Amino acid sequence: MSTHSKFLKLGAATLLAGAASFATADNIKIALAGPVTGAVAQYGDMQMIGAKMAIEKINEAGGVNGNILEGVVYDDACDPKQAVAVANKVVNDGISFVVGHLCSSSTQPASDVYEDEGVLMVTAASTSPEITTRGHQMVFRTIGLDSHQGPVAGNYVAEKIKPMNVAVIHDKQQYGEGIATSVKGTLEDKGINVVMFEGITSGDKDFSSLIAKLQKAKVDFVYYGGYHPELGLILRQSAEKGFKAQFMGPEGVGNNDINAIAGEAAEGLLVTLPPSFDKNPDNAALVKAFQDKEQDPSGAFVLTSYSAVQVMADAMAKTGGTNTDAIQKAMREMTFNTPTGEIAFDAKGDLTQFDFVVYQWHSDGSKTEVE
Amino acid sequence: MLESFLYFVQQILNGLTIGSTYALIAIGYTMVYGIIGMINFAHGEVYMIGTYVSFVVIAGLTMLGIEYIPLILAAALFIAVIVSSSFGWAIERTAYRPLRGANRLIPLISAIGMSIFLQNYVVLAQGARDVAIPPIISGGWTFGGEGFQASLSYMQLIIFVTTFLCMTALTLFISKSRLGRACRAVAEDIKMANLLGINTNRVISATFVIGAALAAVAGLLLGLYYGVANPHIGFIAGLKAFTAAVLGGIGSIPGAMLGGIILGLTESLTAAYISSEWKDAVSFSLLVLILLFKPTGLLGKQEVEKV
Repeated sequence: MSTHSKFLKLGAATLLAGAASFATADNIKIALAGPVTGAVAQYGDMQMIGAKMAIEKINEAGGVNGNILEGVVYDDACDPKQAVAVANKVVNDGISFVVGHLCSSSTQPASDVYEDEGVLMVTAASTSPEITTRGHQMVFRTIGLDSHQGPVAGNYVAEKIKPMNVAVIHDKQQYGEGIATSVKGTLEDKGINVVMFEGITSGDKDFSSLIAKLQKAKVDFVYYGGYHPELGLILRQSAEKGFKAQFMGPEGVGNNDINAIAGEAAEGLLVTLPPSFDKNPDNAALVKAFQDKEQDPSGAFVLTSYSAVQVMADAMAKTGGTNTDAIQKAMREMTFNTPTGEIAFDAKGDLTQFDFVVYQWHSDGSKTEVE
Repeated sequence: MLESFLYFVQQILNGLTIGSTYALIAIGYTMVYGIIGMINFAHGEVYMIGTYVSFVVIAGLTMLGIEYIPLILAAALFIAVIVSSSFGWAIERTAYRPLRGANRLIPLISAIGMSIFLQNYVVLAQGARDVAIPPIISGGWTFGGEGFQASLSYMQLIIFVTTFLCMTALTLFISKSRLGRACRAVAEDIKMANLLGINTNRVISATFVIGAALAAVAGLLLGLYYGVANPHIGFIAGLKAFTAAVLGGIGSIPGAMLGGIILGLTESLTAAYISSEWKDAVSFSLLVLILLFKPTGLLGKQEVEKV
């Protein structure tokens, strides 16, 4: 009995080991790290479908240097602590390429691990400027910076809306506070009156005191730096309290979940987002490929994630191997033709150029470009 | 002048609303502590489950084409209370009763484990995303004209009235009913109560069920008020309610009510006159101060070492 079961276990173990080695043969693994669960999982979805599509397209075209790419999903739940655990696991699993992370506060600590271990990381969504100011060689991004996004929002407000009393609210997190500070700076330079600059607690549900305060200060324009769960509630509770002001937020608030939370109150919200690359006629075939899979290519990070995979693959092809040090050097010299346009990286690992556009959000989840 | 006064009134109303719901949840902590001297950290999760159940019922009935709002709310309340109470009962049965008599730390760890289990169970069953329902009860009264208008929404009024009714019913139950008397006896001395023929296990189960039912009421009320829930709301709500219970004197039912209201008002007034970012810092500093000067909380009794 006992020898019998031992044999069974042994047999099963060999089978498993066989299967595992079969799967990894000649595959280049790319870790896709971002929130699969948690409050901002919607953005993680955008990143995953974009990156997986890129992997699929590259494999259809024969892979990279004759090897097949394989995406492995890691969930950091947008939690800095979990992000570091994920980074260690990626290193442990012997993976040298990462697309991610998504939230700036996760990307920053994780990138330290990748830099130390020689893992090449390209984030398609983290916009906090600090991430690339620490002299890391292995850290790149295929999206713009808050320091670009803030002025776009600030200039639009100062030139087109010209509000009397502005309140700038943020969620005290790296991303939210960073962009809120940048918007406040731009507005003040333009001579707009910022009457309130205040943080809220991420995860909070009750904003009635804040809204009464905004009403009392006769605020007619609110900029919110942060993500959609809190802004959604602020919009909803403002509508219930009869507080009417124009609201605006960064790309962290621009996704369909805000409509579920705020309902009609989301109508007319202004959002700065990466341009709608899916509307570019050059991407028609790719957009169709997403639609055939019933996926939505219009999410802010879908095509930036596609580009993140593509730049790594192109640089691997150029260097003819998977040596991350050679690849990061090549990436800084090359120009890439991607669905997000022709892109190149500067010495810090940021894009040499990236534009943000102001959109008006609608309660049915669609958006229209303003200006 | 009038404007500042209306603003103050508005913030008091906001604080009372949130404070009432803290008080409802805090009752569960304080009753369990009063009777078996343990902190039921899974209680916040019972509140979260109450919110989810009421959302499911509301969404389900709306889909069936029922539009009569009082009926929807009554059904949501009834089913949420039943389901949450069953959870309260089952939590006590599986995670705490087998550990009765063990070192005090052990049920505490078991409670934390239960809390993590329930959160993850809801994540798996319902998904980790925020779920939302459209506003069901909207509108209210506004007063004051020029400058600042204070408002009291129907929903806020419903929260005050429901909380008041629940508290009155609970007080009557504890002071007048047979089971309530048994509760007080067990809280005073569990061994003696047992010797006098009180079925202490039944009393303890009843405590958990009552606490869970009140948490379900809070779940429904806050669910309607905010319109949004996710599997992690129980943690923060539980922490706040626990703070309210400690503030008022853990083990004391009027203390939990008072603690909830004080905590709600402190949060609201801090957000109003200092800044939202100082809300938690000020409330918890207040807690530390009160415990420094009155370690038993505002209405807590000096604990006598039981022999």
